Formats: sequence, structure tokens, C-alpha cells
Amino acid sequence: MVLTLWRQPAVRVLLLAIAAVLCVLGFMTINVQTDWAFILQHRGSRLLALLLAASAIGLSTVLFQTITHSRLLTPALMGFDVLFVLVNTLVLLIFGGAELAGWPSSLRVGLQMLLMVGLALLLFRLLFSGSVRSLHLMILLGMLAGMLFRELSELGARVLDPSEFGISSGVRQASFSRVNTELLAVSAVALTLGGLLLLRWRRYLDVLSLGRDIAVNLGVAHGRVVLGIMAVVAIMVSVATVLVGPTLFFGLLIANLAYWITGTQRHRWTLPASVLAGIICLVGGQVLLEQLLASTLPLALVIELAGGLLFIALLLRGVRQ
Amino acid sequence: MTDSRFSPPRASRAGALWLLLLLVLVLVLAVCSLNVGASRLNLLNVLTADPDDRVSKILFASRLPRTLALILAGAALAVAGAILQMMARNRLVDTSTTGPMAAAALGMLVLAIALPDGLPLWARFLLVSGFAAGGILLFLGVLQRIPLRSALIVPLVGLIIAGVVHAGSGLIAHHFDLSQSLRAWNSGDFSAVLRGRYELLWVAAGLTLAAMLLADRFTVIGMGRDFAVNIGVNYGLLMAIGVALVAMIVGSVVVTAGVIPFIGLVAPNVVRVLTGDNLRRAVPMIALLGAAILLAADLLGRLLIHPYEVPSSNLLSIAGCVVFLAVLLHGRKQWS
Amino acid sequence: MIETRGVSKRYGDTLVVDDVSLSIPKGGFTSIIGPNGAGKSTLLSMISRLTPMNAGSVVVDGMDVTRTPGNVLARRLSILRQDNQTSLRLSVRDLVAFGRFPHSGGRLTAEDLRHVDEAMEYLQLHEYRDRPIDELSGGQRQRAYVAMVMCQDTDYVLLDEPLNNIDMRFAVDMMQLLRRAADEKGKTVVVVLHDINFASCYSDHIIAMRRGRPVYQGAPEQIIRDEVLRDLYEMDIRVHEVNGQRICVYFRMG
Repeated sequence: MVLTLWRQPAVRVLLLAIAAVLCVLGFMTINVQTDWAFILQHRGSRLLALLLAASAIGLSTVLFQTITHSRLLTPALMGFDVLFVLVNTLVLLIFGGAELAGWPSSLRVGLQMLLMVGLALLLFRLLFSGSVRSLHLMILLGMLAGMLFRELSELGARVLDPSEFGISSGVRQASFSRVNTELLAVSAVALTLGGLLLLRWRRYLDVLSLGRDIAVNLGVAHGRVVLGIMAVVAIMVSVATVLVGPTLFFGLLIANLAYWITGTQRHRWTLPASVLAGIICLVGGQVLLEQLLASTLPLALVIELAGGLLFIALLLRGVRQ
Repeated sequence: MTDSRFSPPRASRAGALWLLLLLVLVLVLAVCSLNVGASRLNLLNVLTADPDDRVSKILFASRLPRTLALILAGAALAVAGAILQMMARNRLVDTSTTGPMAAAALGMLVLAIALPDGLPLWARFLLVSGFAAGGILLFLGVLQRIPLRSALIVPLVGLIIAGVVHAGSGLIAHHFDLSQSLRAWNSGDFSAVLRGRYELLWVAAGLTLAAMLLADRFTVIGMGRDFAVNIGVNYGLLMAIGVALVAMIVGSVVVTAGVIPFIGLVAPNVVRVLTGDNLRRAVPMIALLGAAILLAADLLGRLLIHPYEVPSSNLLSIAGCVVFLAVLLHGRKQWS
Repeated sequence: MIETRGVSKRYGDTLVVDDVSLSIPKGGFTSIIGPNGAGKSTLLSMISRLTPMNAGSVVVDGMDVTRTPGNVLARRLSILRQDNQTSLRLSVRDLVAFGRFPHSGGRLTAEDLRHVDEAMEYLQLHEYRDRPIDELSGGQRQRAYVAMVMCQDTDYVLLDEPLNNIDMRFAVDMMQLLRRAADEKGKTVVVVLHDINFASCYSDHIIAMRRGRPVYQGAPEQIIRDEVLRDLYEMDIRVHEVNGQRICVYFRMG
């Protein structure tokens, strides 16, 4: 009885949700000494940012893996989040920092997101429309593109401000402890928009994962839907990058956790599961490191290390099959 | 099949021409490198001026060491990349994209933590080289566990290993508050190279020469273990020598200047297009091209936001990524 | 009726399908045969709008396949290509149920469930219903995909080399089943086949292609003949009548 219950994806997702709620509660309550109003404001905004980032990364990774039919490819591995940083640097280079300083930051970020969606769609078309669809080639191209974007942004930052470069690095390393809470509102709006778009296509997701030919056979307007989902992915990648900076392996980690835990690839279960896994990793990891272990180790690096090892494992296993 | 009686002379004549061209290129770049800097120099002045004057001091204390360091390091890294490619039997790898460089940077970090008082140069060099050797062995070891090697999985595994080592170093560095230093080691450049700070690279030059003498053997290694054993080459010994050569080249460069990426990938691949895969013919050109690339990157870095400098590693990464992407896209039919 | 009007496809410099105009009658079992590289599969995937064409048009029951909305066409015509690799962990039943997607958009009605069960029954898949498809053998998986296409319940069923990778027994079962679908349910079955003997024994109509063009078409008695096949495949093939079936023999000559 217990065993059959445990087999149900719904039960597993429910357990994940409970764990996530516990993490959130822990995050808000452990080691609270000062007054609650302050805590609520200080930790609350940070929590919100982490929740948004986990949702954005979890959703975008699972969606991207659906449209690319791979459990290895992620937007981060293909360099999409670094692309956003590059867009940021380019906008600064072209319009000049002083000019932009006058703009409200949410408007600026919104504009960058639009630009990012355009660029991501272009890149996606370039990479995935050709006749060659070797998975390893795709990952390699993506990783190199990511590296290129990173180095270009770094160069851009140096050219922008040679003297202060030593202090602030070009591409901000991902950080889950110093999240950017200024842009919470615009991120939340963008994420909601992306989510609404996604709702329109939610029925197609399972069909898409059967492969292009079968999706077309079953009457899905494949090209249009895939581009639409890619736009959603681009929005979500932008949101995540605005909030916590670029991550390389985090999405890979939580998406594969989600597949593994739910034991299925029906999106009804994997999408929420990956978001919940992301929340547990981010919020729970933060609680564990900061409050319980009192360690200053950055969570981002721990997660990257774990994700990198997982990637090697997946790669070795995939090749063996 | 091409007619074997006629192709070698033609190839070697073209090879000699390319060799000459590259030599001229390196010389021109070297002269430029001597001339560019915060203070203006006129080389003709140096010949006439007396040795104690300001100009020749700058020249001999700073410009000349820097230029020599660039040539030696560039040549050595290019050759190291070519040997690693033979050992991994894949031309899409380099010491910077597979782990050795990242491991060497980790070695620098461990040294700074364990022995903050510093060690003599030779000891640091050996220890960092040891780490680099560990990086090579890790990469080759993981490769061995992949039964079915596609041409692309090799560089992919390499990149991930390098990334994991990098992330691990990042964690350690953060814990010991050495993130800034690690960043500096990871973005190598030659701006701090002065007389007395680059001489280690002469070791690298010696290693490069040794590699050139063994070039034939490494070509055989690149044909695979069975092939090598069949024609009577001691495969194990040669692999060990290869690991040691590459590790010490990487160690000497990282100790002197930090991580210098992609030269070992770009130079051999460009030369391969020019003359083909036989290392004995290719290796002098690979060395020269490596030197030219590093000289050019350093020059550009000094000129771009003058009087500030862009680290050569930054520019090399950009150029290297572009070349790597081009190689991948150009040959993508063969890889699918 | 399926009509192609001047359909062409080129990949780079090679013309794979060259200005093909033909019509496939409604009802019955049509096979497309021909040597490798004749453009059979490409033609089939252009008819089913999986591959865009460079010139010409395809009309199915008056609907232009490139202009008709995908889900409208998906209720009239279904296509199954050769290798359907998926890393997806889906049970056989889940896969078959996807055949109802064009009808119900992912939310199964009682009517849909009836179709699913019927298709599973038809392909004798009930004992595997809860097995994940990635654990099935090649032949079983192929049957699961065919069940999905059957479940889609379209007038036209197009299959590209459905006998690939399955053993003799299942190949015969599969052909019997497709024949029955044509006879009992009135479906129009169009199959690209490699094995000319299967084409000979089961088809009502055969289209023979070579170098991107249909060179012969007609009933099996007209196509499965020594001189036609020799011209088509450029090799010696002898046709023998065995128990009323025309069997081609070409394995060892002389």
C-alpha cells in the first residue's frame, strides 16, 4: 500500500512540496533574534528572490530539455544566461552608462529582456534548424559560445571602465546570498508573463517530447510552438540571471533531480518538481550553510561542483548506453 | 591515393615557405613588442646610447624579458597542446580546456595556503607541475573509461573536468579568502614579467626542444596503442614522457604568468591545415605560430585600452573560442 | 485521395524527389517500392508535411497539406517514420493514448479511452500496457507506435518502413494487421517497403520509384514482373507464382 502510494508521481511531488515549505519556514525562522518586522523585510525579500530564481531556472531548464530532446542540454550550458550578461554590457557600451543611469532600472531590465528574447530566438534558430543535430556538438558549441560571451563581457567591462575593473569583475559570479532584490518587481512580472504564455502551450509539452515527427503527426504546429516556448525560456533565463547571476550546472542538477524523483517525464509533474527541487536546493542549502553550519562557503560554488560531477556521470552513462 | 613519390618534396617546399613566413612574423611582432609600452623607445637609440641610460634599462629590465617570455611561453604551450592532442587522440583539446591548466592553478592555490612563506622557484615549479600532471592523468583516465569515443565527447569531457577543477579551486579559494589571487592566476598575462621573473621559461624552452626531438614518436602515439606496440614503440614509457613534458611546460607557464588559454588548441589546428598531421614536420611551425599568437595577443592587450592593459588570457580566450567554434562548425558534417 | 502536384525536394545539389505528380486512390493498400535513394521516404514525409517541399503541392481530400492547420490534418492523416527513438519514460498505454491528442487535446474522454483500448487490443499489447517503452524490444516498440497511429483513427495511415528491425513473425503480423485495417475499417494505408515480396503479397496498388521519380505504378500483377523489376532495380529478378502469390527470387542467380 505504502509502496504503491510512493510510486505515484503526485505523492512524490507532494512530499517535495512539504520539504520545500519546511525549507522556507526554516529560512524565515532559524536564528531570529531581532524584531520580526526587520526579519520579514530583510529575509522576506531575499526569500522571494530565491523562489523566483528557482522557479525561473527550474522551468526554463525542463522546457529547454523538452524542446531539444535531451537531458544534458540546458540553457545555461548553451550559454544563454551569459548571453544576457553580454546584452547588458553591450547596452552599456552602446548607450553609455551615464545615459542609462537616468532610466528606471525596471525599464532598462525590461528592454534588455526583450533584446535577450530576440537574440535567444536567433541563436536557437541558428543552432537547431540545420540538418546536423549531434547532441555532443550542440553542447560543445553552447559551452564555447558561453565562454565566448563571458570573455567578451569581461573585455567590454574592461573597456568601459579600465581603472575600476580590478574591483568589480566583468561577469558577476552567481551568488545566492547576495541576490539582487531591487529588481524583484520586474522579475516577478516577467516570470508571470512567461508563466501565462506557458499555460497556453501546456497541453503540447508532453507531445513535443515525443519528437518532432510525432508531434507534427499529432497536429502540433511544431515550429511555432517550439519558438514560443524558446521565448518563454529566454524570459526565464533573463529573470534568473538578473536575480542571481549566471549559473552553469544548477538547472541541470534540479531538472535531473525532478526526473529522478518523479520517475516520469510528464510535464504536469516534472515542471513543479523541478521548481520545488530548486527551492529546496537554494533555500534549504542556504539555511544549511549559513544558519546550521555557520559556514561562509558560497552555495553557488557548492552547487556548481555537484552539478559538474553530475554532468560527467550523465555523460559517461549516456555514452555507455 | 596521391602519388607518394611526388607529394613529399612539394609538401616540404611549401612547409619551408610557411616556416620562413612564420619566422618573419614572429620577428616583426617581437620588434613591435619591444617598442610598445608606457614609455616610448626608439630601438636605434639603444644601439648608440650607453648601457646605463634609462632607455636601455627599460629595454633590458622589462621589454626584452617580456618579449622573450612571450615567445618562449607561446611556443611551449603550442607544442604542449600538440602533444596532448596526440595522447588524447583528439585534435580538439588543449591544456587549458581539459584540466591541466586548471589543476596547475589549483596547485598555486594550495601552495599559497600550505606554504604562505614561499618556496624557492624550482620547488614551486615542480609542485605546480605535479598538479598539472594530475590534471592530465585525470583527463586521460576519464577518457579511458569511455568505451565509445566520439570525436566530440573528448573535448566535452575535458571542458567539464576543467570546469569541475575550477569550481573546486573556487570553493577552496573562497574559504581561505584567496579568491582575488585565484582570479589573477586564472587570467594570466605578462605585464608583471621583468628580468629575474621569467627565467623559468627557459626550462620550458628546453622541454619544447625535447618534444621536438621526440615528435616522430608522438605521431605514433597518436595512431593509437595497438599501432604503436605493433611497430615496437614503448607506449607506456612514451605516454609517461609526454605527461611529464606537458605538465612541466604548463607548470612553468602558470608559475610565471598564470593560465594562458587556447594557444595549444589554435596553433596545432592551424598548422594542421597547412601541412597535415605529421608532427615532425609540423612541430617547428606549431612552436613559431604559438609564439606569434601570444605576442600578438599581448601586443593587442597593451594597445587596446592604453595605458591600461587587457590580460592576454582574455583576448586569447575570445580568439580561441572563435577558432574552436569555426573548426566545429566547419567540420560538423563529419561529427554528426 | 492523395494527390501530389509537381512535388520536388532538393538537398544541396541533389534532387531527391523530382517533379512528382501522382495520385493515390482512397481506400486500399498502396506500397511504394524502389532501390535505395529513390526518394520514397522523402516523398512520404512531404505528403505528410513532415518535410517542407521545394516545389509543388500535396492535396489530401481537397486539403493542401502545407496550408491546412496541423490539428485538422492530424485527424485525417497519420504518419509513422522509421526510427522513433525517445529517451522518454512513458508506459505503452500512455504512448498509445497520445494518438487521441488531435481529437481531445490531451484530456481523454470515455470515447478516447475506448479507442486506446481497441488499438492496444488490435496490436496485442495488453500484456505490456504498463511497461515503459524504453524497456521494450525493437519489435514491441514498433508495435506500440503503430498502435498510437491506429488510435489516432485517421482515414489515411502512412508508414515508412514499418518492418524495419522486427523479426519475421511480427513482420507478417504487422502486414496482416495493416491489410485488415484497409479491409475492415476502410482505411487508406500507404507504406514504404523495402521487401518487394511483402509489397507483392499485400498491396492493392504499387508505386515504383527510381531516382526521385515514380517510374511504374499499378496493381501487383502489373508491377511484379521480371522485366519491370529488372529495369527498376537494375538486376535480375525472377517472379514465380507460389500458391497464388507472386514471389520474387533474386538471391542467387546463374
